[in-house]
Amino acid sequence: MVPVTSDPSSTSEAGATPQVRYFHYAPHHNGLPPMGTYLKELWQRRDFAYELSRANMRADNSATVFGTIWLVLNPILMAGVYFLLVNILTSRGRSNPEYFVHLTTSLFVFTLITTCANTGTTSVTTAGKLILNTAFPRLLIPLAAVITAVMRFLPTLVVTLILLIVTPSTHWSPTMLLAVVFVLLMVLLGTGIASFFATCQVYFRDTVNFLPYFIRIWLYLSPVLWVPNDIAGNALQPIAQIVNPAYSLLTGYTSLLLHGTIPGPTVWLTAAVWSIAVFLLGTLFFIWRERDFAVRIF
Amino acid sequence: MISLSESSEPRLKIRARKDGYVPEPERTDLAVRVRDLHVTYKTTFEKRPTLKQALVRFGRGVRATQTVEALKGVSFDVKNGTTLGVIGSNGAGKSTLLRVLAGIIPPSEGNVETWGRASTMLALGVGFNAALTGRENILLGGLAAGLTKKQVLDRTQQIADWAEEGSDRFIDRPMRTYSSGQNARVGFSVGVHMDPDILMVDEALSTGDAGFRERAAHKLEELRAQARAMLFVSHGLNSVRELCNDCIWLDHGRLVMRGHPDEVTAAYLEFLHVKETGMNAEEY
Repeated sequence: MVPVTSDPSSTSEAGATPQVRYFHYAPHHNGLPPMGTYLKELWQRRDFAYELSRANMRADNSATVFGTIWLVLNPILMAGVYFLLVNILTSRGRSNPEYFVHLTTSLFVFTLITTCANTGTTSVTTAGKLILNTAFPRLLIPLAAVITAVMRFLPTLVVTLILLIVTPSTHWSPTMLLAVVFVLLMVLLGTGIASFFATCQVYFRDTVNFLPYFIRIWLYLSPVLWVPNDIAGNALQPIAQIVNPAYSLLTGYTSLLLHGTIPGPTVWLTAAVWSIAVFLLGTLFFIWRERDFAVRIF
Repeated sequence: MISLSESSEPRLKIRARKDGYVPEPERTDLAVRVRDLHVTYKTTFEKRPTLKQALVRFGRGVRATQTVEALKGVSFDVKNGTTLGVIGSNGAGKSTLLRVLAGIIPPSEGNVETWGRASTMLALGVGFNAALTGRENILLGGLAAGLTKKQVLDRTQQIADWAEEGSDRFIDRPMRTYSSGQNARVGFSVGVHMDPDILMVDEALSTGDAGFRERAAHKLEELRAQARAMLFVSHGLNSVRELCNDCIWLDHGRLVMRGHPDEVTAAYLEFLHVKETGMNAEEY
């Protein structure tokens, strides 16, 4: 929780310690803590989110033999599995070698969002003692999960670059750098999702069990295994574009990175609106419920 | 309404809130002021609440949450230099009170002001990720409490040395390998090395070996002189009488009595209908 007022300003003759911080705790009538103080405290403690992410990654990596290599290997293996699957069902990979690049690139960046969801969901429930014993803006915990997801994404970005270099048909151009905008929007979306599911997990501890199904369906509905052109002209295409936030994000990212073409304004707009809306709703939902966490986690 | 009669000092900045409460950040005589504090929360019966269970219950029309009134209208002040003992039976609201003062649980009603940062040295100790070492947990705990990375790193060795004194080195081992005594040592050491203005001690002396308990008692004595105030929650009534110069007794979320530790502990023991012997005085 965050105090209503916390003045670093000292009272001049404040006894033994000259710099005495004053705190005032009162009920939050509108359900949300005072956002100015909350965000200030959040920013002051940003090192905590970074260190929490690093510590958790260290703890995870120590358990596997491959360690960091696994972070890269896992999505490549997944891409291989999906490539095989698609080739068995259709002959797409044989007729179109660029398809593998599309599949891998999309899968890597989609993994960024799903890692946010996966690590974010259990982040609060596994931070038990810290939440019971220390007062700090709880949003730092899912933020640490998002940092972890970004850190895990970075090595796969290197693989993406290598793939682009070895693919002869790559159109190199400065517009490719605009793909970063879509990555940032995905991070925003991931933060919203992580915060939302982390809150759900506190109340329903089986949220994490439902999550793989949700993510799997989302993956199939998004242009990862298929390309947007496949459904062009289909009546469902405009609906998919609007309803699925990953559709615009992935379309924008791949069209910039793989084809060097700047996507149309609809793609930019839907991607931005979805990401910012999910970010705001997810984090505000989290902040609205976070004062409950200390009594719900045991 | 809330009585403000005890505030005789001239106020420099008056900002009355909607509920009529007037916070007084400029006061210098108090360390803690608690006014009409209520803490009510909903919690669940289930050890592991799940959506599946919730749906099953919904079908049956049963609710699994219960409302806990942990504190019901508690008011008190702690003046600078006070060591306040907090006694009461299990479930009286002692730990909840400390959590509110530390800002972990918000008040449902009422106001709490602290002039100075209250430590969060509670019964559960530090360390939330058992796979991490004690040192990593100390760093994370310190950063969460609002210290800078440099401040925490400067203190980590001190904390480790104090915790390990008179035993083997264990700070760089994963916390899942710690014994409960080692946990208590680290928890206590973190609490006392974070330089809190208002020191809160919750049953920290009850675990650990004799050597540790003696050092802990010494350290508390030393800190009592430095800290603005200290709140000491204990079932060990002898320790309360020795350490404290003021005492409150909570029962079922209400403040039953406030006064000199000797009087309050005597009344508390009488309430419990137990004869005061050397043994039981350490146990309630």
